[in-house]
Amino acid sequence: MADQAVSLPAGAGAVGREALGPSGPKPRHVFSRRNIFLYGTLIVMAVYYLLPLYVMVVTSLKGMPEIRLGNIFAPPLEITFEPWVKAWATACTGLNCDGLSRGFWNSVRITVPSVLLSIAIASVNGYALANWRFKGADTFFVILIVGAFIPYQVMIYPIVIILREIGLYGSLSGLVIVHSIFGMPILTLLFRNYFASMPEELFRAARVDGAGFWGIFLRIMAPMSLPIFVVAIILQVTGIWNDFLFGVVYTRPDTYPMTVQLNNIVNSVQGVKEYNVNMAATILTGLVPLIVYFISGKLFVRGIAAGAVKG
Amino acid sequence: MSKSERPNPLFRNLNAKVASIPMILTASVVFVGGTLWTVLYSFTNSKLLPRLNFVGLDQYYRLWATPRWLISIENLLIYGAISLVFSLVIGFLLAALLDQKIRFEDTFRTIFLYPFALSFIVTGLVWQWLLNPDFGIQHVVRDLGWTSFSFDPLYNSSIVIYGISIAALWQGTGLIMCLMLAGLRGIDEDIWKAARVDGIPMWKTYLFIVIPMMRPVFITTLVIIASGIVKVYDLVVAQTSGGPGIASEVPAKYVYDYMFFAQNLGQGFAASTMMLLSVVIVVVPWAYLEFGGRKRG
Repeated sequence: MADQAVSLPAGAGAVGREALGPSGPKPRHVFSRRNIFLYGTLIVMAVYYLLPLYVMVVTSLKGMPEIRLGNIFAPPLEITFEPWVKAWATACTGLNCDGLSRGFWNSVRITVPSVLLSIAIASVNGYALANWRFKGADTFFVILIVGAFIPYQVMIYPIVIILREIGLYGSLSGLVIVHSIFGMPILTLLFRNYFASMPEELFRAARVDGAGFWGIFLRIMAPMSLPIFVVAIILQVTGIWNDFLFGVVYTRPDTYPMTVQLNNIVNSVQGVKEYNVNMAATILTGLVPLIVYFISGKLFVRGIAAGAVKG
Repeated sequence: MSKSERPNPLFRNLNAKVASIPMILTASVVFVGGTLWTVLYSFTNSKLLPRLNFVGLDQYYRLWATPRWLISIENLLIYGAISLVFSLVIGFLLAALLDQKIRFEDTFRTIFLYPFALSFIVTGLVWQWLLNPDFGIQHVVRDLGWTSFSFDPLYNSSIVIYGISIAALWQGTGLIMCLMLAGLRGIDEDIWKAARVDGIPMWKTYLFIVIPMMRPVFITTLVIIASGIVKVYDLVVAQTSGGPGIASEVPAKYVYDYMFFAQNLGQGFAASTMMLLSVVIVVVPWAYLEFGGRKRG
């Protein structure tokens, strides 16, 4: 849709959304009142949205004396990377002084298996729901989707008990299971809808050729649905990396994910506040989802739109 | 569908059922079982450990007599009203601006949406820094010469929830804009042509034709915003830790603190059941409107 809209000739005059006029490009008034208002508003809003990121970066590159004297919007007079090094390697949370690096690696060890497990479960499940429906399957599916609206606070304690019973409370594996559970509704919906939109003939032809449940999934369905797998990966990597509540409930201080550790570093009441280190730590934590966002571009939009509109 | 004609139905069903075991367990044990468990134990006087010692509605009476809970609810209502109104209005306006066949649409969209990729913790900490009265916006404006300028929402208990809402809007409006933009792109070009032919001004076309046509998009967006409001937790923890005092407490934080710090599980369960109730009040009418007539979603 976006491409189609862009390829239409741009409207001139006071109204933008008007119909296709006579063929050929219309004369453009670059500095028309409409354009000034339109781009002016957009640029002001863009500056507002970019400002926090700018302040974060600028603050993290200043030394503390400069921060105390200066203005948060001013660019650094003297660029220093010391706050970044300190945030990564030596910032303290409680008794541990090995910086955010521990939280980073914990987050990696949480995110990678959680993403793989949740997508494996949800894709096969969505495939079963779309192509191999059995009696009662839809009932559980509806419960799953309705369950996505239940506040997590209602379910966190029962899950604590379940994890304690199977001996995984406080471990990274326990948290991986929790992420797989709460990722299931949206991912299953995503995969079910995608597989259901694939031509039925494809599935039938594979059946005629003698392929079974797993054969069709692994050789036909999965290879044909790479885009939706990418969307699911984007959704899960950002979601799990950014999680705070499950991290703080289901892990212990030495296995805290990066977000929890970041909060503990910045909001610790002991010692002198080092705002530059705090901002460097904040950027470091936001870096992974930001990189995912900027690389994935339109797929990210598609992921959240699919996740949100159909949810 | 010709599923009944396929051979070996037992084998087929078995595989699909094996593949669905995680879903069946999640739906029945965690979602249904966990919810019922929490609701059941909210009627007990569980303290450090959950015990089935029923005390009727005592936990709820105590909950609604606790100032901290009342402040939490009040904050949630203010935060909710602000999020709902402003993210819908700003989100729609940004989408309408981006829908004017402008140049650099992708660039603007990327800028408006990037905060959504950041976690609430990161958002909260950035805005804690920007709103810091000694260094942030207040300090900068005072340095410019307006020395009586005062803007310290995070240190003023009567407006702290607005400071949190600013951060939440910065983070979440991009998503609403994207949903609205998708909705606007779904409107037929012919509608615009017809409105143009009839000489209807653009703002009227938006207000009386396009927005009513986008009703499904608005309803879904509303549900998304509403369910996000009830869950607000990390943002408050990062930005203010509930302070100053208890001025920016929210229900989700109340639940967490009573369950894991105050060792008063019964209170935590009662508070989380109230959160569930508020979601039910929002979601059930929507689900009824949306799926009431149909059998499958």
